[in-house]
Amino acid sequence: MTSMNVKQMPTTQVRTQVRQFVVDSFLFGQSGHTLHDDDSFLDLGIVDSTGVLELVGFLETQFQVSVANDELIPDNLDSVSKVATFVSAKLRLNGEQS
Amino acid sequence: MQIPMDTKSTLSASALRLDAAHEVERIADAIRTAVHSTLKRRGAVIGISGGIDSSVSAALCVRALGPERVLGVLMPEADSAPESTVLGQLLGARLGIATIVEEITPILDAAGCYSRRDDAIRAVVPEYGPGCKSKIVLPNAAHHDGYRVFSVVVQFADGRQTNTRLTREAYLSILAATNFKQRVRKMMEYHYADRYQYAVIGTPNRLEYDQGFFVKLGDGAADVKPIAHLYKTQVYQLAEYLGIPEEIRRRPPTTDTYSLSQSQEEFFFSIPLDKLDLCLYGVNHGMAAAEVCQATGLTIQQVERVYRDLASKRRVSRYLHHAAVLVEDVV
Repeated sequence: MTSMNVKQMPTTQVRTQVRQFVVDSFLFGQSGHTLHDDDSFLDLGIVDSTGVLELVGFLETQFQVSVANDELIPDNLDSVSKVATFVSAKLRLNGEQS
Repeated sequence: MQIPMDTKSTLSASALRLDAAHEVERIADAIRTAVHSTLKRRGAVIGISGGIDSSVSAALCVRALGPERVLGVLMPEADSAPESTVLGQLLGARLGIATIVEEITPILDAAGCYSRRDDAIRAVVPEYGPGCKSKIVLPNAAHHDGYRVFSVVVQFADGRQTNTRLTREAYLSILAATNFKQRVRKMMEYHYADRYQYAVIGTPNRLEYDQGFFVKLGDGAADVKPIAHLYKTQVYQLAEYLGIPEEIRRRPPTTDTYSLSQSQEEFFFSIPLDKLDLCLYGVNHGMAAAEVCQATGLTIQQVERVYRDLASKRRVSRYLHHAAVLVEDVV
């Protein structure tokens, strides 16, 4: 995947990749059908502090975005939808700056 | 244990006061029954860290079994504070128990504890090397609204310090490497337990036991855990009653695991332990955050953050407490 491709990725595609990562990494591929895109990771107890590090590592590698410490908040990272919105906004910003 | 509350709607800071004399006798009875009757062991072996929990546990064992049936094992390693051994020996002398010093650095070195840890730190701080000191830390739970993730603090030879967020791989590698320390110590304790037919005493307090602040099959392993029901502030009350040396009672709780001095607060618990005691008490008694504010000096929002952190750590600790899973009942 080239940098240009990532920056132009639509939110729906980001959402699909994030969702697949969450299901594979935190639900071990099981019960993916029961996870809704707006479900809170905190409420479900599926992402702990180690999981946040894993999720951030995935976002930085897969989408070539940088996530600052002060962005590690539930508003950005607590559901598939929030993560997709957060990443898409960063991708748009990166696209405008390149 | 009866724990009085001043009012029904507001937690008092005195809620955790206990009758120390009564509690000491109650625990001593339980230790005697566990060691001699339930486990059929001749005495108790306990790892002495120079901290308050192991000191109180050792003193309780002396009350229960007599000093001649208690063995203290001091197990310093390369990153231990020198005062840990000094305080441990002071305690042993005060209690009149036999103590053995086992320097475990060579075992840890052979297992790759230090080299694995250093490799993991270098993955996020490439200039980390000989002469550097380090520790891993968490942000304060009450004052931090976001996810609390670990970072590594490195102090270079020139005194300069950096704080770098860890990757999952680096964090788990550091944790797995340093956990050798607790597991080697427990191996040594069970060596002496086998040698003398003694039971191994575990020293978690209630915060540690509830929140999973222990290493599975490391300091989490034991035959008897005599203070696991006591809040940290209650352990201090018993320490005073039992005459634990003031130098030990004054010492801030430390992990004594990393080369840079590291409090338990910054590594795991994230707020002062007396406040955390009251928050955990509030959770355990179904109290709303507002009822805990006055006693802790925290705002409702801060107590709610701490409540969330307590619940999160409880979830993580389930694996640590879990016994081996069998396919079917065997006995």
